[in-house]
Amino acid sequence: MKAVLKTESTETKPEGRNRSLGIVETHYYTFAEPPGTLALESGETLGPVTLAYETYGTLNREKSNAILVLHALSGDAHAAGLYRGKKDPGWWDAMIGPGKPFDTDQYFVICSNVIGGCKGSTGPSSVNPQSGKPYGTEFPFVTISDMVHAQRRLIDFLGIDRLLCVAGGSMGGMQALQWVASYPERVRSAIPIATALKHSPQQIAFNEVTRQSIMADPAWREGNYYETGQPEKGLSVARMIGHITFMSDQSMEEKFSRKLKKGHLNFNFDADFEVEGYLRYRGANFVKRFDANSYLYITKAMDYFDLSGGKLINGRVVDARFLVISFKSDWLYPSHQSQEIVRQLKLKQVDATYCELKSTYGHDAFLVELEGQTTLIHHFLEKTYLGQRNGNGNHQ
Amino acid sequence: MEIINNGIRPDHQVIFDMIEPGSRVLDLGCGTGDLLQLVARDKDARVQGIELDENAIYECVRKGLSVCQSDIESGLAEYPDGSFDYVILNQSLQEIRKVFFLLREALRVGNRVIVGFPNFAYINARVCLGLGGKAPMTPSLPYRWYDTPNVRFLSISDFQSFCAEKGFAVRKARFLNGKRTITFWPNLRALGAIFLLEEKGR
Repeated sequence: MKAVLKTESTETKPEGRNRSLGIVETHYYTFAEPPGTLALESGETLGPVTLAYETYGTLNREKSNAILVLHALSGDAHAAGLYRGKKDPGWWDAMIGPGKPFDTDQYFVICSNVIGGCKGSTGPSSVNPQSGKPYGTEFPFVTISDMVHAQRRLIDFLGIDRLLCVAGGSMGGMQALQWVASYPERVRSAIPIATALKHSPQQIAFNEVTRQSIMADPAWREGNYYETGQPEKGLSVARMIGHITFMSDQSMEEKFSRKLKKGHLNFNFDADFEVEGYLRYRGANFVKRFDANSYLYITKAMDYFDLSGGKLINGRVVDARFLVISFKSDWLYPSHQSQEIVRQLKLKQVDATYCELKSTYGHDAFLVELEGQTTLIHHFLEKTYLGQRNGNGNHQ
Repeated sequence: MEIINNGIRPDHQVIFDMIEPGSRVLDLGCGTGDLLQLVARDKDARVQGIELDENAIYECVRKGLSVCQSDIESGLAEYPDGSFDYVILNQSLQEIRKVFFLLREALRVGNRVIVGFPNFAYINARVCLGLGGKAPMTPSLPYRWYDTPNVRFLSISDFQSFCAEKGFAVRKARFLNGKRTITFWPNLRALGAIFLLEEKGR
């Protein structure tokens, strides 16, 4: 399989800053084909493994401008640009593109779907080559470390020795941290946003409720639902719970207050309040695009993740720079968890910038609170990139 | 007397001159990072800032500096002993409650500590209080009694006694009056002072 290293853009781009990438395509990289396998943290193996990924911008000759962008729980490889004929841009389109903080005029940006996912990478909805049927719950448990291990294979395949940056929010931030822990020599900088070194009992508890919601739906059928249809009720409730945790009290007040959908109370169990309608809508939409088993596996991977107590910077010399960002109103991944990352970096005297951004959007802020992130990420990357070029001395 | 007239803030110039090239420098309360930028560029120093204000942090990051958001009093806790050659505490000592604790922490984290503060015993302040009977306002103490962030009102003499009492060795002291450094009667004539401290016996 050949990687296409240049983003294909057939539409003419308007000139000026902050342009859209235009049309992008997903690519697929398959490895660990028989007799090879990918060894997993659980002791099990997986193979063959396919990763769906997209790239934006051009890899320079020295291969020193590659940035790996990492997605959150329900994200995918489509981080920016548009698919032909579709109108929804990628999930971090505001941040990735020409003139944007992850400036594709300068950098080569890569985003891959995680293993365990359902957006083109190998996951529980993929066909198990042993049985010829979807894995379902036969799929081995994968961890954040396994996800990163698979991504490293992709980065090897793309011929990149050292990434200029690994960056992501929420579970994407966990992967960024895991990259530093697993492959410190292959990362020049990391931007973990709205994330944690480990889930607190509260975060595990919310995940457990979402899993129970899925598994309590009779349509789940112990994970073997690929012929009968997925547990839509359970999965949509799981997503509704998720959305509550992504918002803040204030952002919900501003967005919904106690506004009524029909202007009066119905005196039945329909959605009276706009917030109810919003959650139902989000839940119903989610089941169209996400696999329930993937939700189970990925939330478990997040709960297992633990780089606390010195495991982030674990002995090997780390000369990576860090930009750690949290949001004041994010109660799902509160700032004290980001501050714990910073404490670990200070302990190991790792170069770190940390800022808690004022935002009322809650955990969602990493996707929508753009102004502060734009400034910080743009200049942080620029400094990292220029520092690297100056450091090498022979590029200018 | 020496006149500093190169566009650089006089206190920054004095601190800059105290720092050996190639050092590791932490600026506690680094503001928009002007001093750190200067030290990083012209002293080839490895620098780190600590600052509370979000907009000031943006300015620092624009300058390519690394800054961790924190208040001054809790910003040092996790750094191992001797992480830096210099810890700078400029123009914020007077806003600190736990002064001794902070200076001891700074001398644990840094081999040397540079402290800059306004002099409360400056002649105009004395006149203001002694003759005018009003809380002093000077170029280095520009606030009114009801909007000042300062919680410690110290003179150069006070600080010298404090260092002697607490066992901080004063390696250098520079006294500023506007753009001039002065040497005679600093406690009366200087608007501000900058001290270079070390642990006694080092």
